Amino acid sequence: MPATFIQPEFRVKIDYDRCHKCGRCVQQCGWGVYDFNERPIPHDEKCRACHRCVTFCPARCITIERNPLAYRDNDNWTAGLRKAVWKQAETGGVLLTSMGNPQPYPRIFDHLLLDACQVTNPSIDPLREPMELRTYLGRKPDAVKVEPDGAGGFKLAEDGGMSRNIELATPIIFSPMSYGSVSLNVHKSLAMAAERCGILMNTGEGGLHEDLYPYQDHVIVQVASGRFGVGPEYLQRGAAIEIKIGQGAKPGIGGHLPGEKINKEVSSTRMIPQGTDAISPAPHHDIYSIEDLRQLIYALKEASGYKPVGVKIAAVHNVGAIASGIVRAGADYVYLDGFRGGTGAAPAVIRDHVGIPVEIAIAVVDQRLRDEGIRNQASIVAAGSIRSSADVAKAIALGADVVAIGTAALVALGCHVCQSCHTGSCSWGITTQKPELTRRIDPEWGAERVTNLIHAWSHELQEILGALGVNAIESLRGSRERLRSIGLDEQTCRILGVKPAGM
Amino acid sequence: MAIQVIEGYREVAPAKRAEGEAVVFDANGVYYRQLNDAIRDAVASGVRHVIVENANGQRYIGAGLRVPDLRIEVRGTAGNDLAAFMDGPAVEVFGNAQDGVGNTMASGKVVVHGDAGDVLGYGMRGGRVFVRGDVGYRVGIHMKAYENLVPIVVCGGKARDFFGEYMAGGMLVLLGMNTQFPNDPVAGSFLGTGMHGGVIYVRGEVEPWQCGKEVGIAPADDEDYKALRPVLEDYCGSLGVDLDEVLAVPFTRIAPMSHRPYGKMYAYL
Ligand code: SF4
Ligand code: SF4
Repeated sequence: MPATFIQPEFRVKIDYDRCHKCGRCVQQCGWGVYDFNERPIPHDEKCRACHRCVTFCPARCITIERNPLAYRDNDNWTAGLRKAVWKQAETGGVLLTSMGNPQPYPRIFDHLLLDACQVTNPSIDPLREPMELRTYLGRKPDAVKVEPDGAGGFKLAEDGGMSRNIELATPIIFSPMSYGSVSLNVHKSLAMAAERCGILMNTGEGGLHEDLYPYQDHVIVQVASGRFGVGPEYLQRGAAIEIKIGQGAKPGIGGHLPGEKINKEVSSTRMIPQGTDAISPAPHHDIYSIEDLRQLIYALKEASGYKPVGVKIAAVHNVGAIASGIVRAGADYVYLDGFRGGTGAAPAVIRDHVGIPVEIAIAVVDQRLRDEGIRNQASIVAAGSIRSSADVAKAIALGADVVAIGTAALVALGCHVCQSCHTGSCSWGITTQKPELTRRIDPEWGAERVTNLIHAWSHELQEILGALGVNAIESLRGSRERLRSIGLDEQTCRILGVKPAGM
Repeated sequence: MAIQVIEGYREVAPAKRAEGEAVVFDANGVYYRQLNDAIRDAVASGVRHVIVENANGQRYIGAGLRVPDLRIEVRGTAGNDLAAFMDGPAVEVFGNAQDGVGNTMASGKVVVHGDAGDVLGYGMRGGRVFVRGDVGYRVGIHMKAYENLVPIVVCGGKARDFFGEYMAGGMLVLLGMNTQFPNDPVAGSFLGTGMHGGVIYVRGEVEPWQCGKEVGIAPADDEDYKALRPVLEDYCGSLGVDLDEVLAVPFTRIAPMSHRPYGKMYAYL
């Protein structure tokens, strides 16, 4: 019998007439696609279409094609489903994959349109007028005390009721990606970019490497069920602390960082022995209720000198009630991760079938917290496939305070979304710990690219605000009147609180 | 301003007096936040021996403190998350402790002269927790060791379900001696489920049905006793328990069969 029934997904085509026979491709491919015998010989079945070899081939003689092999048409038994069955028949394993849900569910962001001013209430020129993107992450008080400032005005009284907030220069932060799932050079790139942009990066659940200490005021430190790398010093270094309950790509399940990825450095940051699996249990075993969550939130506050503590959850069916409980438990922000959110590794069955879109989650949570009169008590951070500044603007108009980006930042660093992070062999040096691959990202270069992205999106946000005739991102927040839907059913529009275009 | 009352506790600073070198706080009816603020202030001003008397369920005592030569004595009942995230100090409770003792603790020592509740030592990575009596559910979940940091928990009584679940390192010891439940098995079900590091020692025998399928059960051998003995000496010394009596019954070792229990679970797409 053949070892597998699964035929290669891609074909690596080399134009040997133009090929320099230099072997660059052999050296660039993280998945060992090429042999070399006087000329490069590709093994198509290993190719993941990451385009690393294509990008670095000096002769530009490589192209990657889809294998045209025809399967008998069947919208029900797709080729992908047939291959999945073969794979599981061969291995008996849970199918593991990575990056976000690629399935053709409706993308609500692509069915929302922003408003603009025309003639009356004219638009504002962002090149001429100040356009405020500054955002404060954290709990806002129910009321503040003010006192006369002696010059005929008022100022905030000392102990006037403000709680600690984190100032962000723009409403975009980086989503949690652990050191271990991504390389240290990626972590450094993000930390440096966060500092330059006046925003935050997030350690994920892998601990804080000491090389990031200089940037600690721009780092959210995460506490997940495995408690990797978590200690009092870690908590005291972070700008804020985040309790990770769930992740959009794999709601309700834990994480297993395979032993192969736990090299010496990763092991020291996670504080576990080399080569053992880093197992994050599905739940925090000290959190079985909202009261337990409150207990952990305040344990972290007590241990850190009352830093802001946020709670990250996957967007799931009952997200409104869950978020309300989280806010009442004392969280300074609620982080909603939609079902398209990325991951370094997740079972395909979970990634592709569990959770709800972040657009729905934002609208539902914002509305629920408003209805209950507690919207001011926590910020909403939204993530789970924010792909452009348009998505940022729409998320904020739906009710988010801040968005978090993960995949977009990695794409800025070279990621081609080949969905192979779980293999640990990323040719782009992002989701790997192999030294010959991780050195492909120079943190200085990486920081500059990610900084450019944040600046570009921020400028675009200013353009959008100008077109909307407002001069602060605050004025767009939760302003669903500035959104219209196209091609969404009535029920979905009602849930989103958005009118159809034309109304 | 009127004093705020939260769940029966008053938001006021605890009364304070000196007892030799020690500072004594009267926790009677004081909200945890003011109590812990007072402890932190005292420690910041150089105090190295703190006594909390009339403790009545105040949470987070010792949480996040990183002063190795600090000693905190709790008279009464310590509330949830005692010594959570603690790194260094010694805490001794003359009474019972509630849930979450030593949660994610990094180093230091906690001695409880009574019983303790659920999720003791969760995610703990160093230091020692000694309990004289019984402990609740989910004790020692995901304890982990790293280099010279090896967490050790010894429980003198019996434990409920999920003892040592997901354990990744360190040592968990269960004696089954000072117990309120003489007729119950020494531990509940799911003992060591998902365990992939460290070792559990139980005084006496355990039945295979109590254990997760990831562990192997064997009588403790000489190597085990070599590791166990100094720990038990420290335990007995700390709590005034008779070492010979502890060692009079043979111990059982429960250890993982693989440090990668889920290594073969996946097929890569
Ligand atoms: S996996 Fe990437 S580098 Fe390797 S052959 Fe395919 S496209 Fe080229
Ligand atoms: S990070 Fe690397 S492996 Fe993961 S999708 Fe991007 S290019 Fe592929």
